[in-house]
Amino acid sequence: MAQRVAIVGTGQTDHKSHRPDVSQREMIQEAVMRALADCDLTIKDIDAFVIGNMDHFESINYVDTWSVEGAGAIMKPIMKVTTGGTTGSTVAIAAYYHVASGLFDKVLAIGWEKNSESDTTAAIITCSDPIWDRFSYSGAIPSLATEASAYMKQYGATQEDAARVAVRDRNNALNNPHAHLRRPITMEDVMSSPMLAYPIKLLDVCPRTDGACAVVFAAENSAKKICQKPAWVKACSVRHTYTWFGDSSDYTSGLVSLKRASQEAYEKAGIRNPAEELDVAELYLPYTYAGLKWIEDLGFCRPGEGAQFVADGHTNMDGKIPVNPSGGVISTNCIGATALLRVAESAIQIMGKGGNRQVPDVKQAIATGFGGCFWSDVMILGAAMP
Amino acid sequence: MNSWEKEVVPLTMKGQIAVPYTWWVGETGSRFLLALRDEEKILGNRCERCGTTYVPPRKNCGLCFVPIDHWVELSKEGVVTSHTIVRQKFQLQPANTPFAYAIICLDGADVGLVHLIKDNLEKLKNGIRVRARFKEKAFRKGDLRDIDCFDII
Amino acid sequence: MDKIAIIGVAQTRYERRKKDKTYYDLVYEMTRDALVDAGLQISDIDNVVTISNDFMDGRTISSMAVGDAAGAYDKNISTVEGDGTFGAFYGAMRVLSGFKNTLVVAHAKGSEGDNKIITNGMFDPIYQRHLGLESISSSALQANAYMDRYHISEEDIALVSVKNHANAKNNPLAQMPMSLTVDDVMRSNKIADPLKLLDCSPISDGAAAIIIAAEDQVEKAKKKPIWIKGVAHCSDNYFLGDRDLADPRALRKAAKKAYAMAGITKPMEEIDVVELYDAFTYMEPLWLEGLDFCDPGTGIELLKNGVTTMNGPLPVNPSGGVLSAHVVHVAGLARIIESVLQLRGEAGDRQVNGAKTALAHGINGPCGQSHCVWVMSNQK
Repeated sequence: MAQRVAIVGTGQTDHKSHRPDVSQREMIQEAVMRALADCDLTIKDIDAFVIGNMDHFESINYVDTWSVEGAGAIMKPIMKVTTGGTTGSTVAIAAYYHVASGLFDKVLAIGWEKNSESDTTAAIITCSDPIWDRFSYSGAIPSLATEASAYMKQYGATQEDAARVAVRDRNNALNNPHAHLRRPITMEDVMSSPMLAYPIKLLDVCPRTDGACAVVFAAENSAKKICQKPAWVKACSVRHTYTWFGDSSDYTSGLVSLKRASQEAYEKAGIRNPAEELDVAELYLPYTYAGLKWIEDLGFCRPGEGAQFVADGHTNMDGKIPVNPSGGVISTNCIGATALLRVAESAIQIMGKGGNRQVPDVKQAIATGFGGCFWSDVMILGAAMP
Repeated sequence: MNSWEKEVVPLTMKGQIAVPYTWWVGETGSRFLLALRDEEKILGNRCERCGTTYVPPRKNCGLCFVPIDHWVELSKEGVVTSHTIVRQKFQLQPANTPFAYAIICLDGADVGLVHLIKDNLEKLKNGIRVRARFKEKAFRKGDLRDIDCFDII
Repeated sequence: MDKIAIIGVAQTRYERRKKDKTYYDLVYEMTRDALVDAGLQISDIDNVVTISNDFMDGRTISSMAVGDAAGAYDKNISTVEGDGTFGAFYGAMRVLSGFKNTLVVAHAKGSEGDNKIITNGMFDPIYQRHLGLESISSSALQANAYMDRYHISEEDIALVSVKNHANAKNNPLAQMPMSLTVDDVMRSNKIADPLKLLDCSPISDGAAAIIIAAEDQVEKAKKKPIWIKGVAHCSDNYFLGDRDLADPRALRKAAKKAYAMAGITKPMEEIDVVELYDAFTYMEPLWLEGLDFCDPGTGIELLKNGVTTMNGPLPVNPSGGVLSAHVVHVAGLARIIESVLQLRGEAGDRQVNGAKTALAHGINGPCGQSHCVWVMSNQK
C-alpha cells in the first residue's frame, strides 16, 4: 500500500547569473541547509537523497556520488534522476516514490544547475540525435519559436498577448527574495527587446541562472509531526512523449504531453474544473507564448482562449488562478532546479510560507515541469491529507 | 534476421561534443589555490565539531554538515598511504609514463590528497615520506598542479 | 516491504562493438524480449524507468533517445543515471507505490566513446580531473591499498580472472569466455600497478531489461516469479583521500540493510549464488568481505579454498561476471538478471543446482563509492 506523502520543507539559494563565491557542491549545500532549517530537521534525519541536473552543463559524470559532501549523503543512499528540463520535477516525483514505497521516511530532493559555467546552447544542442536531428537543431529557442508562430497563426494571438505573460511573471518576482531577475518590466520593454527567433524576443524567454533547490518529502506520520501545514502530494504524472523533434510538429493539437499528464493528474486528484478548483499554479513556462497556450492544455480555459484569459487578469495575483507568484521560469532558470522550484513554490503556497508572494487561503496547487522534446510533468499538492 | 538486414552495410558517423567549461572554484577553494600560487603554502581547514582536518579545504564538513571556518597551514611533507605506478599512456595524463598517482596524508591533515610522484619510482611504497615540489613562481597558475609532484625523501 | 517480483528479463549478447544496431535499437529489442519473457503486452506496462548516461551516449538528456524504444509513449516514465541496480531499485519503489508492472531498461555502447575520457569526467573538475585519473588508475589506488594492507598478491587476484573468464564459457551471452592460467594474467600488459589487462573488465556494448510486478499481477506471468526480498544502497565519501579504500563500509551498510529486510542472518549459509560487480579482479574478494561472507582481508581465501567456484557451496559470478562483459550501467542489471535465471532454473550450463536465494550487486562512482545490494528468492 502506498504511503501518503507530504512536502514538509523547502530551501533554495538566492538565484543569480553567476555565483563565483561557491563551487557547485557548496551551492547545493546552501539549498540543503535552508531546506533543513525550514522544517527544523538535521541532516541525520534524512534517510535518502535524489539529485538531478543536466550533465553537459557542468560536465560532471556521476553527479550523485560526486555531490555527497554537499548533499549531506555520506553513508546514505543517493541516486541521480535526470530528464532534461523536466529534471527538477522528475526528481521531486522520484523522491515522492521513495517515500510512497514505504522504504524511506524522509527523503531530500535536490535540483541544481550552475549555468554560468558552460555554454548553455552548445550543451543543449547535444540533446538532439547526432545522426538525424543535430544538424538542424540550433537550441531551445528556435524549436519553441516554431510552436509559438503556429499558435499565433491558428488563433490570432499577438506578440503583445505574450508580452503580458512576461510582465506578469517578472513583476511577481519582485515579491520573491530568491528570484534571479528582480527588475520590473513593461509591455514596451518586452516589445522593444531584440528579436531572437520570430516571434520570440529577448524578454520573452528565461535567463540562465546559477541556483539550487532542495525539498523534503516525508511519510504521513512524520509529516504531521514535522510540519503544521504540510503540502500533501495528491497526484503526479509524467508524459515524456516525443523522441524526435519532427514528431512534435503538429502544434494544432496543443502540447500533447501536458494535456495527457494533467488529465491523469486531475483524475487522480479528483479535479474536474482546474481553474476553479486550483488556488495557485506554478507553471514551467520557459517563454511567454507558453503562458497563453499551455494553460489551454491544462484545461484552465478552452483552446484558443488563452490570450483572452490572461488579458482578462484571471492569472494575476488577485485573479481566479494566480500563475507563477514566484516569478516563474522567466525570472529564474537554473535548469536542474527550475522544475523543482515549481514544486517547492507550490508547497510554499500551501504551507503558508509565501511571504509577500503568498496567495491567500491556498488549498490546492499545481506544479508543472517542461523540457526535453516537448515533455511535461505535473504534480498536484493539497492542504488536506489525501 | 530480415533479408534486407543481411544486405545493408552498417555506417558510422563521427562527431565530437565541443562544450567549453569554466568552473567556479568558490571562495574556499580559491583561498587554497591562491595560497599555492602566491605563497607556496598548502592550506587545510578543520571541522570544529569532529576535528577532521581536510585538504583540499572544504566549505562544509561532509560528516557533520556544518560550515568549516578554522584554517590551518599544513606541512609540505607527508606519508604515502596508497599508490599506483601508471604504465599505459593516455592523452590526459599530466606526465610521461611511467609515473605514479599517490594518496598522500600530509602532516597535519586527516585525509589524503591525490597527487603525482614522478621520480625514484623503484623506491615507492606505502608508508614512505614525500615532500611537495612546487613549480617556479612564474609557472604557478592557482591550480593543484602548482605543486608539480611529490618527491620521495 | 510488500511482495513484488521480477517476472520478465532480457539481455543482449555482450560484444566489443555492435556495428549493426544503435542503442535505441537495442533498447527496443530488450523491451520486446522482456515482454515476451513475461508473457505480457506493452499495454500491460504502466510505467518505465530507463537507465542511461549522458557521457556514454554523447547526449545531454540521453533518456530522450530511448523513450519510444522503451514503449513509453503515453506512459509515466523516468530515468536514473547510474548503475542498473540503482535504476531497478527506483523501478521497485514505483511498484511498491502502486504501479502494476514497471519496465526497467538500460543500455550503453562503450564502443562509441572514449572510456578513459568518460570516466575521467567522474573526477572533481577542480582538484582531480586534470591529474588524468580515470577508472583504471583510480581503481589501482584501491587495489594497492587493499592488497598492501592484507598482503594479497597479484597472483592471488589473478585467480579471480581465471575463474570468471572460465565461468564465462558457460554463458552464451558473455563477451570474453577464456581459458586462462595465472601466468597468462601475470604476463598481460601492465596498465597501472597492480592492474594488468586481464585484471580489468572489457569495454562492451549491450542492453538489458527487467519487468517488476506487483503481487496481484504475478499470476499473469509466464514463468516462475522471482521475489525481491531485500534491496538497499549506500554511498561512501567522494574524495578518494577521504575514504579508507580498503574498507568497503558503504557496501557493508547496504548489505546489512538488505539482509535485514530479507530476514538473512547468516549470509554464507542462506545465500546460494552471488552475482557481484567485479569490474576488476581485486573487487571480487573485497566485495565478498563487504557482503559479510568472510572477515576483512580473507575474501581471496574463499576462492583459494574452492568456496566460490562453480562446484563450491557459494558460487560467485557463474555468468563470468563483469570481468567477462562490462556494459556500463547495464552490468548491474545483468547481475540481477543472471540471479533471476539462476533462481528460475534457466541458467543452462552455468546453473547452480537448487539455488533458492541469490544476491546481486552493483556499484556506482569511483572505486565502488556507492553500492546497491539485491536479495532475491524463488520462494514467496
